[in-house]
Amino acid sequence: MNRSEAQEYLRNTHMPTVWCPGCGNGIVLKATIEAIKNLKYNKDDIAVVSGIGCSSRATGYLDFNTMHTLHGRAIAFATGVKLARPDLNVIVMTGDGDAMAIGGNHFIHACRRNMDLTVIIFNNNIYGMTGGQYSPLTPTGSYATTSPYGDIETPFDTVELAKTSGATYIARATTYHYNLLVKYIQKGLAHRGMSVIEAVSQCPTYYGRYNKVDSGPGMLQYFKDNSVLLSQAKKMKKEELEGKIIIGEFVEIEKPGYVDEYEKIRQRAEATNSAK
Amino acid sequence: MSEKKFVIMQGDEACAMGALVAGCRFFAGYPITPATDIAEVMSRELPKVGGTFIQMEDELGSAAAIIGASLAGVKSMTATSGPGFSLMQEAFGYASMTETPTVFVDVQRGSPSTGLPTKPAQGDIMQARWGTHGDHAVIALYPSSVEEVYRYIVTAFNFAELYRTPVVFLMDETLGHMRESFYLPSPMEFDIVERIQTNELKNETVYQPFLEDSELYDDIQPLVSMGKSRFHVSGLFHDESGFPVGESEIASQLMKHFINKIKLHLDDILIYDTYMMEDAEYVIIAYGITARSAYRAMKLARANGIKVGLFKPITIWPFPSVPLKKILNKVSGIVVAEMNMGQFSHEVSRINKRQVPMQTVLREDGQLISPFDIVNALTNLLGESED
Ligand SMILES: Cc1ncc(C[n+]2csc(CCOP(=O)(O)OP(=O)(O)O)c2C)c(N)n1
Repeated sequence: MNRSEAQEYLRNTHMPTVWCPGCGNGIVLKATIEAIKNLKYNKDDIAVVSGIGCSSRATGYLDFNTMHTLHGRAIAFATGVKLARPDLNVIVMTGDGDAMAIGGNHFIHACRRNMDLTVIIFNNNIYGMTGGQYSPLTPTGSYATTSPYGDIETPFDTVELAKTSGATYIARATTYHYNLLVKYIQKGLAHRGMSVIEAVSQCPTYYGRYNKVDSGPGMLQYFKDNSVLLSQAKKMKKEELEGKIIIGEFVEIEKPGYVDEYEKIRQRAEATNSAK
Repeated sequence: MSEKKFVIMQGDEACAMGALVAGCRFFAGYPITPATDIAEVMSRELPKVGGTFIQMEDELGSAAAIIGASLAGVKSMTATSGPGFSLMQEAFGYASMTETPTVFVDVQRGSPSTGLPTKPAQGDIMQARWGTHGDHAVIALYPSSVEEVYRYIVTAFNFAELYRTPVVFLMDETLGHMRESFYLPSPMEFDIVERIQTNELKNETVYQPFLEDSELYDDIQPLVSMGKSRFHVSGLFHDESGFPVGESEIASQLMKHFINKIKLHLDDILIYDTYMMEDAEYVIIAYGITARSAYRAMKLARANGIKVGLFKPITIWPFPSVPLKKILNKVSGIVVAEMNMGQFSHEVSRINKRQVPMQTVLREDGQLISPFDIVNALTNLLGESED
């Protein structure tokens, strides 16, 4: 996809973005556009909902029906959009803090309901917008402005959390693996039910600087060197996987979701109503 | 012609059934006494009319979901009580900022905190106005009978659409749980404000959702459903396209718009009833369930030759200053009765520039205010003015 093809889906008058040089958000944004373009979706039929954070600013640049909502609530807003208008393809763009900390409850419940949403988590391992505090996805031991002695908490594994909660399409890739990212987002969009795509992304300004990998390209190199494909990982020992980013498709199953099940209720209720 | 149907209905049920008449087709909520029955009726009725119900994981999610659904083009409502209403405040501000038509029902219980879940109170009057942070637009309605619940919930939806604002629909535990009989108004009796479609927007090439002072549409730009026109919505201060901007000039303009869009339409928005005010020397001011006791108190006092009338606001916010000032100019004594520690009476005293003697009947202990308490206050007032 060349620049002008991408620009067809952007609000070009609002460029440049608020993002720092070297930030990975633009890569995830472009991958999302490419996935949509490949699927030939009509721009009017797409709603993109984001929360609050650097990554959540993505919605402002996209020429779809877009909502920049509240910190942590993007999935709940998107649930309303989807249920009101099942004909729309509803995408959620959210940060690791947005989705996993303040929005954790909405995340697990949308998975449980198998809500027909495509949730793209921009995981930069840190709170970017507020200036570099640790998040629920910050690796243990990492430095952040609120973990000056190193983070003592254990991060969530987004994939495991989504899986136990009931999501039916789950994948992870990094901004280094652009083509995989496009493929996974595309599959997530086409999938009926809750799709979770974790896009591991770089924040050179905060995460990188505090943890001594301080350029965008340096962090991409790190993703390249430390990512392991799921198929490969299955053959590796636990110790060998320590500190590695496992990428790939983890779950892809068919299961009834809220949107379709509710439509059945509607048909039943409308039938009994008109029979009266 | 069909005969008018005489029904017996519970307040919460009337709220749900009236909302359906108003065109509400999406409800998201979380169970809480004394508002749960609204969700229960909605879960049963919405799918019958092609609508959607969802029980969310909490009130933060419920409020978010109804705003999302409304922006997507469907009239939406949630219902809760104090603790849940507190949780909804951030999203309420978002609805104000994004000018998204929504209805938030708050069936008040004894408060603060978990308070008295199964007992009535009117303690959320100020929260309805100032619960969310920052200055913002809001309309709050508070009916006083089950029939009024049924009628005014329709008004609440109409105001939400017309003025593009969240509307708080206040009730109280007694109003929510009690049953009353009334002639069910036919749906034909109501004028329903429908959401506008893009093709009805003339002379505009690009739809600007936050354009002000459009000559076409008075001062409020109608909201267009998602999928009919692509635009951006943000809780940040924004320009007419919806895109975030940081300039103070634009922020100040938007703030003015929030205030003016309500202020310029007070004639339409302020709903109130007056009883026996023609010759009244005294006025009782009461709203919600307390207005019922106040009405009885008025009758008792009149029987004793006291010339007293009743002012019953349905619109609590914006505060009915204009009609009340007219009354305060005429009377020589005021009684305000409310089930809180003086939230509305504080507003009354702010406009009582002539310092007309005023008595308050206040309680927030889960008990209704009795007509006799109000008569007593009136008697005290008479004693005062005779001094
Ligand atoms: C209710 C609320 N609490 C806190 C904030 C402040 N806040 C804004 S963005 C943010 C964290 C953003 O981190 P993340 O979600 O990881 O996104 P990123 O900026 O890294 O893309 C916080 C805490 C807020 N806006 N609202």
